[in-house]
Amino acid sequence: MRRPSLPAVLVGLIPFLGMCFSVPWWDRVSPLILGLPFNLFWLVLWIVFSSICMAIANRIEERHKKKGSTAP
Amino acid sequence: MTPAIVAMSVIFSIVFVGSLVGFRAGKGRQMNLEEWSIAGRSFGLLFMWLLMAGEIYTTFAFLGASGWAYSRGGPALYIMAYITLGYVVSFYILPYIWELGHRHGLQTQSDFFEKRYRSRFLGLFVSLIGVLFVIPYLQIQLTGLGIIVQIASFDQIPRSLSMLIAVTIVAFFVYSGGMRAVAWVSVLKDLLMILAALSIGIYVPVHYFGGISPLFHTLAATHPTHLVMPGATKTMGHAWFISTVILSACGFYMWPHTFGAAFTAKSGHILRRNAIVTPLYTISLVFILIAGFAALLIVPGLTNGDMSLLMLARKTFPAWFLGVIGGAGALTAMVPAAIILLTASTLFAKNVYRPLFAPRMSEDGVARLAKIMVLILALTSFGLALHSSTTLVALLLLGYAGVTQFFPGVVLGLFWPRVTSTGIIAGLVLGLATASTLMLTHRDPFHGFNAGFLALILNFSTACLMSLVTPAQTNPLPLEEHESSTAVT
Repeated sequence: MRRPSLPAVLVGLIPFLGMCFSVPWWDRVSPLILGLPFNLFWLVLWIVFSSICMAIANRIEERHKKKGSTAP
Repeated sequence: MTPAIVAMSVIFSIVFVGSLVGFRAGKGRQMNLEEWSIAGRSFGLLFMWLLMAGEIYTTFAFLGASGWAYSRGGPALYIMAYITLGYVVSFYILPYIWELGHRHGLQTQSDFFEKRYRSRFLGLFVSLIGVLFVIPYLQIQLTGLGIIVQIASFDQIPRSLSMLIAVTIVAFFVYSGGMRAVAWVSVLKDLLMILAALSIGIYVPVHYFGGISPLFHTLAATHPTHLVMPGATKTMGHAWFISTVILSACGFYMWPHTFGAAFTAKSGHILRRNAIVTPLYTISLVFILIAGFAALLIVPGLTNGDMSLLMLARKTFPAWFLGVIGGAGALTAMVPAAIILLTASTLFAKNVYRPLFAPRMSEDGVARLAKIMVLILALTSFGLALHSSTTLVALLLLGYAGVTQFFPGVVLGLFWPRVTSTGIIAGLVLGLATASTLMLTHRDPFHGFNAGFLALILNFSTACLMSLVTPAQTNPLPLEEHESSTAVT
């Protein structure tokens, strides 16, 4: 088994930027979206984005693996 | 019938049905150690998802998250962020742990440390620390159960008696069923928990305020600072949020039981797909947080925030539905408690007792000893839960600060061939000492940062530096087969 490839790791950093390091920019109440305070809504949105990022990383890893197995 | 009797009978029926499902699942299988503790490495995507959701969505997520939304406000959002990011981290770690476990027959976290670093001391140390820090986690579940029964019985059944009943059921259930039984009960638990979360999180705001939006408008007007960080606290600002989210996301799979779950999978691929699907489940937490925020307006002035969700339910719903919510809560405490008990007792029997006292003990002997340990650990945490008054989140944060100190040992062990056992031991000891000193002297958060996070940084850098100055060691568990175990420079 090969270690995670660089592109896959970079994709995994995106959710950390969205949900963690950027907190000063989204931690506020207004505007309410779908009835939720902005910070709560932002996190819900990023839960979905994180899932998408993982799907992309999985795609990258699978392709990476295939390439590896055909190489001499 | 009084409301207390109605609510309690519903709770007991739910727990009874849950246990029955569990008992039936274990029947007809030969129960050796591998089957009992990791279900014979047979779990596919569905079971894996159930087990992982089973151990993550604990009574902490149920009562603790709403409790923090109620008593602290904004900082409670950290829970949604760290669980999601914990799955992200798992994508890059668990499949590799599974692969090595499969190839070298590892069953526990401590097996990994012992074999990777060729150090029996490290294996022993990791299991002792793991069992030690998992006790607060177990205590959380029991305290939660106590709260549920106390509120649902309208204060007629004392908390201690209810915890005793619960701990007995959990212990016997684990004793006879093993890991497969636990995964089956998770099905019922998850269905009920989603039902409870949706009904409280949607019905309550609609009933009292006419919708979720008016609820938050009211809250923003009456408690203008509650919904953002640091909320009702003085110290939990953005630096605390970032450091706590990183710490907890890294520690998410460092618990002996969450780490061990990786071994139950049928393949590493299942674990990757699990990391894609499971974050979506975190959305159900939004409704739990909404309930906590609503409780602040509807049942203000509770001294223990952990009681807010159920007090709100008791005030809003008829007794039978309070029973349904209480039953969901009871299962969310019992399933994780069962998983923790199972893992911790296997860990103790296999990685502490056998190497120290009975090196010739057979696998069957280990399995028998592990089952006795289930009872001992259950009683210990019951004793602790009786005498402790800390909130659920505080207990969890203490455990996280401890188990996350394993993170450098796992990540460097997997991906950095140059790492040495001396480096890992030095980092681990320093990290544990720092985290426990700061937390026990009540200096957490430390200058606005999570104390466990600072300890983790110290641990990581010590491990790297010490590894570089000590002589290189061969890697007995290389990821790639051709990466021969001597080619380390």
